[in-house]
Amino acid sequence: MAINWYKYASPASFYALAGKMIPFFTVLAIGLLATGLYIGFFVAPTDFQQGEAYRIIFIHVPAAWMSMFLYVIMACWAGIGLAFNTRLSSMMATAIAPTGAMFTFLALWTGSLWGKPMWGTWWVWDARLTSELILLFLYIGFMSLQAAIDDPRRADKAGAIIALVGVINIPIIYFSVQWWNTLHQGASVSVTQAPTMASIMLTGMMVMVFASWMYSIAVILKRVRSIILERERHTVWVAELRRKGAL
Amino acid sequence: MLFWIIQRDLLLAIRRRSDVLTTLFFFVIVVSLFPLSVGPEMNLLRTMAPGIVWVAALLASMLSLGRLFSSDYLDGTLEQMLLSPQSLSILVLGKALAHWLVTGVPLVLMAPVLGIQYDLPADALFVLVMSLLLGTPVLSLIGAIGAALTLGLRGGGVLVSLLVLPLYIPVLIFGAGAVEANMAGVSYDAHLSLLGAFLLVSLVLAPWAIAASLRVSME
Repeated sequence: MAINWYKYASPASFYALAGKMIPFFTVLAIGLLATGLYIGFFVAPTDFQQGEAYRIIFIHVPAAWMSMFLYVIMACWAGIGLAFNTRLSSMMATAIAPTGAMFTFLALWTGSLWGKPMWGTWWVWDARLTSELILLFLYIGFMSLQAAIDDPRRADKAGAIIALVGVINIPIIYFSVQWWNTLHQGASVSVTQAPTMASIMLTGMMVMVFASWMYSIAVILKRVRSIILERERHTVWVAELRRKGAL
Repeated sequence: MLFWIIQRDLLLAIRRRSDVLTTLFFFVIVVSLFPLSVGPEMNLLRTMAPGIVWVAALLASMLSLGRLFSSDYLDGTLEQMLLSPQSLSILVLGKALAHWLVTGVPLVLMAPVLGIQYDLPADALFVLVMSLLLGTPVLSLIGAIGAALTLGLRGGGVLVSLLVLPLYIPVLIFGAGAVEANMAGVSYDAHLSLLGAFLLVSLVLAPWAIAASLRVSME
């Protein structure tokens, strides 16, 4: 069965499709989250080196991964929107940004909570921490640029350009920070020297990663639906929805 | 075409000298504030000097970005430039280079004097000048993207710093790093090569992004 992709490129039909998809992903997210947290807190054994504090990885690692994935996905959507002038792609990019920024902040926050008992300090200028912080700045730049522009078409395109420039820069920034860190003979402790994990810990972490994916998809779809409604509020189909009392 | 636009922007800058001088004095003042805030300990200042000079150069170059397109935008020249049959990328490359000549080059020339205030040895001063010479054009080119995107927006000045400063970080790291490497007695060739690489990449890619941003902003 061939799916007619063009049909769902229209905000009106995507609005309905997203509405059907949200419950599915929400249920998956809650189910996986419950499973992941259960494994994380009750099944996984206490680490002999790090004690109970290691359990932060069940939140921290998925958040850090999501923060990076979401930036790339956001830039992809923004690029598609810029190249093909599809409104929905740009709306997706706008919808992804707050979730990405949230995960970046969460990764930094849980990282510093873990750093205090492990390293004895809330923050070290480690290469990973620094580049994660810069990623947060990039998200904030993207969102504040879009927020400052009143015309949505211009906001989409301007945001797309800055997202693409950011995506070219991310590897450069990442390697710069890494080399800078080794030059400075920085933190004596490193995140990279984590002990190899027991398989049950890995399972718990992977479940949490999938839970984060499902959560992101559900929240982003929800947000893109709001954006669609906001931008299409003058159209006939939104008026139709309102008349039916579906809003 | 490229030289024409550089010549034009330089002429405009010469007619309004105060703009150039403001940026330069901002640079000097920021650099001079640091000894007052951290104390006149010479050993401390010497290790901090490359970083301070570079951060000040970043801020000074960013501060003058607002002027890059705004006056042309206000009097309609920019619109004519967009309509002209010439390549917009070349035009904006010329404007970015003119911005560098007006703001970057004075900073490069001023840096040794400030370095002496911080008691940098002579060869470190040379490396500082070399790194600024390679790095400041990159700042102008990347900054122009931010300036083009925020053209005509409310609060564009603060927004530009949010957009542009994270992208300046690699230049800062290797610019200041070159001087520090030299002072530590290590070879600084790698740092300068990387700065050169940034310059070449941004010379190729930035004009294209600036032109696209201007088209978006002028729609």
